[in-house]
Amino acid sequence: MTAIPASARIVLDTVIPARVPWSAIIRKGQTLRIVDSHGQQAVDTLFYAASDFGERYSGQDTLRAQGSAYVTTGTRIMSTEGRTMLRMVADSCGLHDTSAGACSCESNTVRFGHQTKYLHACRENFVLEAAKHGLSKRDIVPNLNFFMNVPLDPDGNFTVVDGVSKPGDYVEMIAEMDVLCLISNCPQVNNPCNGFFPTPIQVVIYEAGED
Amino acid sequence: MILTEQEKAEVEANRRRYEQHKALGQQQAPKALPPPTPRDGAPIAADAIIHRETVPGGWYYVTKLGRGEAVRIINTSGTSCVSIQAWNALDPSERLNHADTIKVQWAASLRKGRVILSDMGRALLSIIEDTSGAHDTMVGGSNAATNAARYGAGNFRNTRDNFVLAAGKLGLDRRDVHPSIAFFAPVAVDSQGRFEWHGERRHQGDFVDLRAELDLLIAVSNCPHPLDPSPSYAPGDIDLIRYQASQLAADDLCRTVSLEAKRAFENNAFYLAGAAGRA
Ligand SMILES: [Zn+2]
Repeated sequence: MTAIPASARIVLDTVIPARVPWSAIIRKGQTLRIVDSHGQQAVDTLFYAASDFGERYSGQDTLRAQGSAYVTTGTRIMSTEGRTMLRMVADSCGLHDTSAGACSCESNTVRFGHQTKYLHACRENFVLEAAKHGLSKRDIVPNLNFFMNVPLDPDGNFTVVDGVSKPGDYVEMIAEMDVLCLISNCPQVNNPCNGFFPTPIQVVIYEAGED
Repeated sequence: MILTEQEKAEVEANRRRYEQHKALGQQQAPKALPPPTPRDGAPIAADAIIHRETVPGGWYYVTKLGRGEAVRIINTSGTSCVSIQAWNALDPSERLNHADTIKVQWAASLRKGRVILSDMGRALLSIIEDTSGAHDTMVGGSNAATNAARYGAGNFRNTRDNFVLAAGKLGLDRRDVHPSIAFFAPVAVDSQGRFEWHGERRHQGDFVDLRAELDLLIAVSNCPHPLDPSPSYAPGDIDLIRYQASQLAADDLCRTVSLEAKRAFENNAFYLAGAAGRA
């Protein structure tokens, strides 16, 4: 893992335990680093413009701007208003999804059977965390899934398969506007997105220092 | 992370269950999906038709669609693209979820026999007829910026603004505008994951029939797709025919084609039974 420059000012450095939600404001110019500390852990992530939560992450605009079905270094993370929210500047993993959305109690019943209804899910995390900022289920949109491997073949087949992220793999994004970031450290154990064993992740927010 | 023997056993049990589930989802179900509807097929009985409307190029249309009603969207010019939004009329916080639609059905491609799911694990719309199968679930509609990039300066109507207008007229707002599904948008991905546009898969007279599985609010936008390479902004008209679909039978294609669709319709039945109980 590339070290954070010694001159940088660390704004926040925290561990998000397995299955748990988190949120913070990332100011314009700050860098968000998300570390898959143990590997194979899907990190479901949403962004909202801090000045207007009605402007929020758009997976479809992000893919269109990217010209491809995956997200990696160079991807502009786009808002519903067509503006760049963050730019992805580092990616040691190379495979991230923004088409499959988050798991929910309700979609789990359809995907895996009615017996999976009462399992903790990402949308439960998102709704709880969003509520701290005055947002509700209505504001939860399909999200980015860092470290989640969702191959899409030319015939349109679409599956969640084993993540390829190794312990310590990370992504970095520079905020181009003040954004609220919501993360659900995915609790799913019915598919391989977490290697069937959810693990903690690390989040660092930092500002480049004077050289 | 060092796992205990018991944790390792749980991981292996979860993996085995997933592999079985994936085999069912991808191989046994769906049973063979039907071929596309012929463009001169599937006539609608005259006495089933509730309403007809022509939506000019660039414009949008808003309607309520009662459960059991369907709308046929006809690509009369052959060059149109039609994006849709859908909300549960009783609780618009439940809405079309393109991500669940493709993830749950193991398929980014939509065609006859597939359903469109809500974020609450229910079937909102069934694709009961479809001549083309050339639809986009990945990229969604145009906005002012994509139009400006494609067509240059000018006042071109776009899907994002159409949906904000539609939401406003339904008493909703832009927080309720969500990712959309675009019909007659032949977007594919190559082996590298890059998007490709296959204009030759669109034909004059293509249509898709969407049947409402709950009482719905629907918005339709008739604007060129952002990946449509045509350098001129010239969206054609589309025709909409709203009609009474036949009764949802136990062996209905869209609810029996996969185990996932079957469970979504079971969720609809639970919900509708509860709604009836409250009335
Ligand atoms: Zn999840």
